[in-house]
Amino acid sequence: MIGSGPIVIGQAAEFDYAGTQACKSLKEEGHEVVLINSNPATIMTDWNVADALYIEPLTPEFCERVIARERPDAVLPTLGGQTGLNLATELADRGVLETYGVRLLGTPLSAIRKAEDREEFRDLMRQIKEPVPESWIIESEAQLEAVLEVVPYPCIIRPAYTLGGTGGGIANTREELWETGRKGLKLSMRSQLMVERSLLGWKEVEYEVMRDSAGNCITVCNMENLDPMGVHTGDSIVVAPSQTLSDIEYHMLRTASLKIIQALGIEGGCNVQLAVNPDSFDYYVIEVNPRVSRSSALASKATGYPIARVAAKIAVGRTLDQIDNQVTGTTKACFEPALDYCVVKIPRWPFDKFATGDRNLFTQMKATGEVMAIDRTFESALMKAIRGLEVRSKDLRHPKTQAFTDEELRHAIGKPTDERLWALVEGLRRGWGVDEVNRLSRVDRWFLRKLAKLLAVEERLLAARTGSSEAVDALVSEAFLIGFPSVSIGALLGIDDDRLDPGFRAAAKGAIEAQKVLPVFKMVDTCAGEFESATPYYYGTFEDEDDAFAVASS
Amino acid sequence: MKPTVLVLGSGPIRIGQGIEFDYSCVHCIWALQELGYRAIIVNNNPETVSTDFDTGDGLYFEPVTLDDVMDVIAHENPIGVVVQFGGQTAINLAQGLHDRDVKILGTSESAIAAAEDRDLFERFMTKLGLPKPEGRAVRSLAQAEGVAGEIGYPVLVRPSFVLGGRAMEIVYDLDHLRAFYAEAEDANPGQPVLIDKYMLGKEAEVDVISDGVDTLVPGIMEHIERAGVHSGDSMAAYPAVTLSEAVQAQMVVAACRIARELGVKGLMNIQFVVEDDVAYVLEVNPRASRTVPYLSKVTGVPMVDLATRCMMGEKLRDLGYESGLWVLTGGPNPPAGPSHTPRAAGRILPEQAFVAGPVALPKPVVYAVKAPVFSFQKLRKVEPRLGPEMKSTGEILGIDNTYVAALYKALVASHIQFRGEGYVLMTVRDDDKPTGVAIARELVRNGKRLAATGGTHRALADARITAHRVNKIREGNPNLLDLILQGEVSLMINTPGTDRVAELEAAHIRRACIETGVPCVTSIDTAEAIAQAMELYADPSRAQVLRLQEYFTA
Amino acid sequence: MRYLLLSDGTVYSGAPLGADADAIGEVVFNTGMTGYQEVLSDPSYAGQIVLFTYPLIGNYGINADDFESARLQAAGVVVKEACDAPSNWRSTRLLHDLLKERGLVGIQGVDTRAITKRIRSGGVAMGMITDRNPEDAFGDLRAARTYDETDFVERVTTKSPYAWGYAGFERIDEPMAEYRRRLVVLDCGLKYNILRRFAALGCRSIVLPATTPADEVLGWEPDGVLFSPGPGDPARLPTIVQTARDLLGKTPIFGICLGNQILCQALGGRTFKLKFGHRGANHPVQDLRTGKVTITSQNHGYAVDPSSLPSGLAEVTQLNVNDGTVEGIRAKDFDATSIQYHPEAAPGPWDSRPYFAEFVEKMGAGRR
Repeated sequence: MIGSGPIVIGQAAEFDYAGTQACKSLKEEGHEVVLINSNPATIMTDWNVADALYIEPLTPEFCERVIARERPDAVLPTLGGQTGLNLATELADRGVLETYGVRLLGTPLSAIRKAEDREEFRDLMRQIKEPVPESWIIESEAQLEAVLEVVPYPCIIRPAYTLGGTGGGIANTREELWETGRKGLKLSMRSQLMVERSLLGWKEVEYEVMRDSAGNCITVCNMENLDPMGVHTGDSIVVAPSQTLSDIEYHMLRTASLKIIQALGIEGGCNVQLAVNPDSFDYYVIEVNPRVSRSSALASKATGYPIARVAAKIAVGRTLDQIDNQVTGTTKACFEPALDYCVVKIPRWPFDKFATGDRNLFTQMKATGEVMAIDRTFESALMKAIRGLEVRSKDLRHPKTQAFTDEELRHAIGKPTDERLWALVEGLRRGWGVDEVNRLSRVDRWFLRKLAKLLAVEERLLAARTGSSEAVDALVSEAFLIGFPSVSIGALLGIDDDRLDPGFRAAAKGAIEAQKVLPVFKMVDTCAGEFESATPYYYGTFEDEDDAFAVASS
Repeated sequence: MKPTVLVLGSGPIRIGQGIEFDYSCVHCIWALQELGYRAIIVNNNPETVSTDFDTGDGLYFEPVTLDDVMDVIAHENPIGVVVQFGGQTAINLAQGLHDRDVKILGTSESAIAAAEDRDLFERFMTKLGLPKPEGRAVRSLAQAEGVAGEIGYPVLVRPSFVLGGRAMEIVYDLDHLRAFYAEAEDANPGQPVLIDKYMLGKEAEVDVISDGVDTLVPGIMEHIERAGVHSGDSMAAYPAVTLSEAVQAQMVVAACRIARELGVKGLMNIQFVVEDDVAYVLEVNPRASRTVPYLSKVTGVPMVDLATRCMMGEKLRDLGYESGLWVLTGGPNPPAGPSHTPRAAGRILPEQAFVAGPVALPKPVVYAVKAPVFSFQKLRKVEPRLGPEMKSTGEILGIDNTYVAALYKALVASHIQFRGEGYVLMTVRDDDKPTGVAIARELVRNGKRLAATGGTHRALADARITAHRVNKIREGNPNLLDLILQGEVSLMINTPGTDRVAELEAAHIRRACIETGVPCVTSIDTAEAIAQAMELYADPSRAQVLRLQEYFTA
Repeated sequence: MRYLLLSDGTVYSGAPLGADADAIGEVVFNTGMTGYQEVLSDPSYAGQIVLFTYPLIGNYGINADDFESARLQAAGVVVKEACDAPSNWRSTRLLHDLLKERGLVGIQGVDTRAITKRIRSGGVAMGMITDRNPEDAFGDLRAARTYDETDFVERVTTKSPYAWGYAGFERIDEPMAEYRRRLVVLDCGLKYNILRRFAALGCRSIVLPATTPADEVLGWEPDGVLFSPGPGDPARLPTIVQTARDLLGKTPIFGICLGNQILCQALGGRTFKLKFGHRGANHPVQDLRTGKVTITSQNHGYAVDPSSLPSGLAEVTQLNVNDGTVEGIRAKDFDATSIQYHPEAAPGPWDSRPYFAEFVEKMGAGRR
């Protein structure tokens, strides 16, 4: 097993999770695992996760020496992120695998190349009649210069073979294309990049799919990005499952994703990104990650389906119908999780540290981490995600966006940054309306209306400062139920605001204590309650029945 | 039914709070389970092992905020809560939980406060009579000016209760203080700002385990970069390479005394700065630090397991340990025993021996060097120079039986490699010129070509070292920027000065290195490490490749 | 306040949704995360109060195209949250407004997971949605005829024959020339998408009332006959089973869902009621001939007892990966084949669409 090395933006803790699961999974299958990884901060480099542990630099030279010493039967590269994949490719190219008679497990390298090489990928998509946006492959500055006049602006620049889309960006003018394009050529391991039609404003939807060597394919999860196309999915607020796709759209895209994984011949997990026209059935295939990725970790936690564990078993030849679904213990890994809750992911960006950093979000990922929240309503899940970020803003208020002039705000709504969520809310707060904020941001109205709903509660809490205390009780209870934490309710009611009437403040404080609603905890069970399950994976929600008690007392 | 213990996770990965804390949380859960507890966790990071549904006995996927944690506590009624492994996220909840009558397991919330609250800490250190840099907590610029004037510039200015050195700066004069103060104050509103004498010495740190009476020091880590570079961004060697036995003895004694006096039950991290063979205590953190996984792996001491046992009331003596410094002795690894037994052969040099004075330390069995890894390529407009504010996103480990080999591995694994055959470009500030000359000599001896700007070039010429002279940007074309952009630089050594104008230019150059993929070293100490490792760069086969355990048996 | 009562005496309270009236039916849950419009208009849900386990229903509104029949068929609907501000380019109206207009009663704001778990452990049960005092309403629920005792096919089948071609509904005397095959469908509770799929493959469908006798069916000169999906206990359909028996060997026969159960009975098999059925879009089915697993859309409360199938006559071709129930059979001698799941999806995955081509293939060389 090749690990993913140090944590960098675009390749974070998810590969420790994936790698640890994979090691366990392979040992379960009776294999002896040799692991190489340079990152000491991981569980996977623990004493007893692998059978033989090498904490050595992840360079082809050191990998070769490990292979020479351990003489493994096979290498599993698809669980170590882009680092693992690139290393395996290089070992194959240098003939190391052949010299030592090492098999490559999981997805064949040819499939990985097909997925990662833009031209090969596009050819394949054309063969299977899946639409890809118009694009140009550039391999030299001369070629770049040649297309400057041809390309439709704005266009997107995507360098091949880099981590998390490094060096990519959007160009609005020839000059920008020239500058970003040259940089991208340098950063690409293969000096290759793609310039393509911009699909700014289209919906971005992802499917996490799996395929085994027998050709069985399933979808683990689909996800809809709140941020429309143009922002790296690692920098997007993401919701699972999709919310604004009808059944036909959901399955049209699912079918396309499965067709792609089948055509590529992936053996394991794979992530397919699609752009969907918000006003028609048109869509384009944007990108495929032919391996376990950051999105896989998110999809695993969002559904309870252990993608890395299953991918490792597939790599050693198991088929989906032979692998147990650990969560239910009674069904097989060959099924598609059904969610009975809503999941919201928000990225965590480092701009609190890098105050001077460029906060604009493009196709190049900038987040160092992310939080996920689960609840039975979108509103509540979103509020949990926001307060879990541990940034200064704990709810929908943000001093910076609230201080914007209208002009600044309009700009902030239109241009994605780490603070755009609050800018969207502020636009609504200023009464611009869902349609106008949608026009500026292209964020789907469904999300904006949900924000407006939360905002309405915020506004009523603020207004209650001058109202009667009886009304406060009901309002506080309502605020709890829609997802406001008590600190936010207190702040909005002004319980610490000396200028307010002490009687009111005492009443408000009392209301928060009296109306405090305790959540019940429900189980993430992969099957929406259809099958009995004993996995103690819970999320809190304001509902009637508690799943956790039932398990604890049984 | 088993008693339940709640472990608080560390939330999203961010700079300063990375995957290391997840490692500690997971190990804590495993240790609790082994001790017969039902270990449950609250965390909201989907990328981690701690949020794998089969890690704990219960996973509550919720934000790690006081409100949400209290909801879980109301539901689960645990016998206590573990806050010391979840980074600042969890530690910050200690007081609030205590106020709500929740039992904090291990080190008490008052001990946590004593270490985090500047005034309490000041008094505490005075009481113990341990040396620390002169400094005070202030609440206004006027106070800050007074304190800085009294203790003399340069001073280190930073906010309190903030992890990862956010808004921390070395301030050289009054103007600088006035310019910077607001930022420090703003980083954690309502909390005091700390002003300390800035000491440019060697830094070192220890992570210790204490049961409140006895304290085990698994090892002392020496930072390669001197004070002024955040500990998370500096390379760190285990065991200490240049620290005298006298200074190491002071550290062991100080660590044992602080732990005993604070009543630490669990882990504690202490940062030291060494000047004139005196170890000054910079900081005490009564919780797991980011070096815990690293130190656990290179010393063979299962630190989190031991800390968890101490937290739950077991005594180090009953577990086969005593107060003192753990040293590796080499020889066969001990047979696999219970999880608290060491994984490598070693013994403890008892605390009493150190109290009496320097103790002869055995010849090290292994050397391990941790190095930071950065993500500057992903973050536009972020200045890559190292300073008191942490900027790295991850880390790697180099381990070998000689120091230079471990150093070499750490450098290579953190991507500090000569890029092609081009120049090593040096531009170092005046203080660094003597060291710079020595480094240059070593590089030339190993066949590297040098290029240097004015002052550095002169210093090299004076030492009869040949270097290609290049212009600074303001000196006209062609200049060093052109050299970099033309791909003729294989490594950049640039140590920033205090001249603001020169620094602006230097920042531009460093950024150019990042954009073009040229490794850029901004601390003279890192550069010195490269020079030390030159023989390995020339012949990497001198580094060993062994299973981790095999290094200990040498 | 609106209530959902279960026959075991449980009461859940929530808020009104859709029409204001009482509704009685068998309470079943569907785990699909999309497809509420298709489900509610699927005749197979006749007599059932459908609970959606996905909590946010109505997000993409209601559109003009995704109905699976001419009316809403379910007896009632139970959701956690009905969206009052949907968003989708095809959406023309709210779920609530549609329900109200078509007189379908619903309830929202209930803990659907709790109810699902109750059905899972206790099995499907009769239920009632009402605004009345639960104590008063229980009498009506207990007095109501149960799902198992009701004949639904006669309610949902077409009253008169019609045709379906490339453009949808067609006059039945439209010339056949441009179609490759003629399929006769016995409508036990047909979904439009079955007809659409056949049309896409060049088949013209003649849809007949479920009780049409065999000789009349053969009078349409079919290349094949399809027994459609539909609601209710398959054991209550002796007439249709007889029709199937009469047709065996005379024309290729296909069955989908209820059609599978009818064919099995015609071959001598029996059906039994599942505890809580299969309703959703994620059911894995293994084809025993190839070993391949596909994810299918399902909606059935009864299953075929494989031991009841006369050996030699009928062979089980597909099984459910989760619970091993029969998902498809074949009676080679009679050129008859059927599947328990829904290859037409709507809602659900499109993975088993190729079965339509397989059916069409079996319909012979086509029209002269």
